Amino acid sequence: MSRGRFGIHGGQYIPETLMNAVIELEEAYNFYKNDPQFNKELQELFNEYAGRPSRLYFAQKMTKDLGGAKIYRKREDLNHTGAHKINNVLGQALLAKKMGKTRLIAETSAGQHGVATATAAALMDMECVVFMGKEDTIRQALNVYRMKLLGADVIPVTTGTATLKDAVSEAMREWTSRISDTHYCLGSVMGPHPFPTIVRDFQSVISKEIKQQILEKEGRLPDAVLACVGGGSNAIGSFYHFIDDKDVRLIGCEAAGRGVDTFETAATIATGRLGIFHGMKSYFCQDDDGQIAPVYSISAGLDYPGIGPEHAFLHDSGRALYVPVTDEEAVEAFEYLSRTEGIIPAIESAHAVAYAMKLAKEMTEDQIIVITISGRGDKDCAAIARYRGENIYE
Amino acid sequence: MSKIAKAFEKGKAFIPFITCGDPDLETTAAAVRAAVRAGADLIELGIPFSDPTAEGPVIQGANLRALNGGVRTEQIFELVRSLREEMGTPMVFMTYANVVFSYGAEKFIETCSRIGIDGLILPDLPFEEKEEFLPFCRKYGVDLISLIAPTSKDRISMIAKEAEGFIYLVSSLGVTGTRSAITTDLASIVAVIRENTDLPCAVGFGISTPEQARQMADVSDGAIVGSAIIKLLEKYGKDAPDYIYEFVKSMKDAIR
Repeated sequence: MSRGRFGIHGGQYIPETLMNAVIELEEAYNFYKNDPQFNKELQELFNEYAGRPSRLYFAQKMTKDLGGAKIYRKREDLNHTGAHKINNVLGQALLAKKMGKTRLIAETSAGQHGVATATAAALMDMECVVFMGKEDTIRQALNVYRMKLLGADVIPVTTGTATLKDAVSEAMREWTSRISDTHYCLGSVMGPHPFPTIVRDFQSVISKEIKQQILEKEGRLPDAVLACVGGGSNAIGSFYHFIDDKDVRLIGCEAAGRGVDTFETAATIATGRLGIFHGMKSYFCQDDDGQIAPVYSISAGLDYPGIGPEHAFLHDSGRALYVPVTDEEAVEAFEYLSRTEGIIPAIESAHAVAYAMKLAKEMTEDQIIVITISGRGDKDCAAIARYRGENIYE
Repeated sequence: MSKIAKAFEKGKAFIPFITCGDPDLETTAAAVRAAVRAGADLIELGIPFSDPTAEGPVIQGANLRALNGGVRTEQIFELVRSLREEMGTPMVFMTYANVVFSYGAEKFIETCSRIGIDGLILPDLPFEEKEEFLPFCRKYGVDLISLIAPTSKDRISMIAKEAEGFIYLVSSLGVTGTRSAITTDLASIVAVIRENTDLPCAVGFGISTPEQARQMADVSDGAIVGSAIIKLLEKYGKDAPDYIYEFVKSMKDAIR
């Protein structure tokens, strides 16, 4: 009966009004994922438009400085629009177009997924509406302007905590009111089936490339792959083709905010418990009555009270490890990578860098770590400056 | 037989929705009494949820006011227990899957049965996921109410065949909230429902005037009204029950 399970997680906990829409999406996806023409077009978009494959770069200075494992970085920040989000969006927009949809709606937090969706909509001549928490429209004013420049409408969401979870809720509400011409371009490996599978498949190009590239450079697989986890799309993309390679450790880095022992955290695996929300069964930060908790992280992109169902399953099975990283650790890593390697990572990705800095030292020189840099950090510079007490605005 | 059937015995049913704890539980109790005195046939009690994704702005506001007022699931059980001592009107809970799941599904549903709740409406629990709670609902005799939407199409017969209590027919696309007009061809949906079940079928979402309620009840067995009542609570707060009495009376008179 219930479809799209990862162990006990996943499923389709959505209003009846949307059921035929997700069934139609699943059927279309099952057809097009095996359609040579679709795959050819997507490959062309990936290569010619987004700039794939992204580089796997040996971080020589960082490796030397930390004095442990060899560190490689998967440079998703070099993609068009500056993050991994474009991989999923190009896939979903192309799929929506094939399904005859003319309008894309999306949620966004920091604005990376919104910008990517607005970009794909512009490219494919589709209408685009992006829902963004009011708080985030203020914190990320530049990205709001970018989306508008690309032709999208940006709707500030004022309900609830006016952040990512509320933007998702509002996009779902919009989808129930207008389905026939509209595709909901969900930005992470979450929500009702088939979204966690579709988004994972489009993002799995990351681990497919890492595998080829590391075999070319090192002749063997890495010992650990690290990525930051909010909903978890860049992480599942980085892990996917290594899941069966049991010797490769998979490590997801969650946003601990001010610490997992405070209420100002977004670390779902560390502090959440099993629940049902936003269409899926998974782990969620919630109170004793099942009310979803207001979460916090310096990183708007990780500021979400849940985690994708496949991650919840990888946690249950022990195949992947999820670790909390605080704001302070992430900001230090943000500054460290900028100074040491001349690469300003997204504050989201800096969470993975921070844990790698600890882990590398505990490993030996013949071991290899791959960190996915999910996005670039230009968008975060003003916020980090403010965190450090410099009063600058975009 | 399900106690919910009783609600449809006196002609077309009028079903008001009230969010528990908005603005406080005393007002909720007074509002329920007023609605029952005015002729309400079945009471739909909302247990607030932090992120009610099927609701429009009006009921979202009620959820927020109730939670900000500190209402807890336990206290809502208490409210029902005491209301049950004074009235036999069928009552159902409307809430979201996580509220039930988080409390412990069996414990929640067993409690419903014990305090006199006759059914459960969970807008984020479609047909495909009902096994999550259905075994406990069967075990404790609480009807798990099925929703059918204008987009259900080929799913209508499958849902109707296995439905319990009554069918909640969603009037139109979108979330809860008042609408100026409902244009869905509900009669043809109801016809398919009737071919597949003998259960009564009530229409909800977007109904706010006696005229709309009459139109909806004409094609079905009853009308469900939420946002229009919540607006009275939003406007009049603790004084709302008198206005709710007048409103429910006008709606019930219109569909009689």
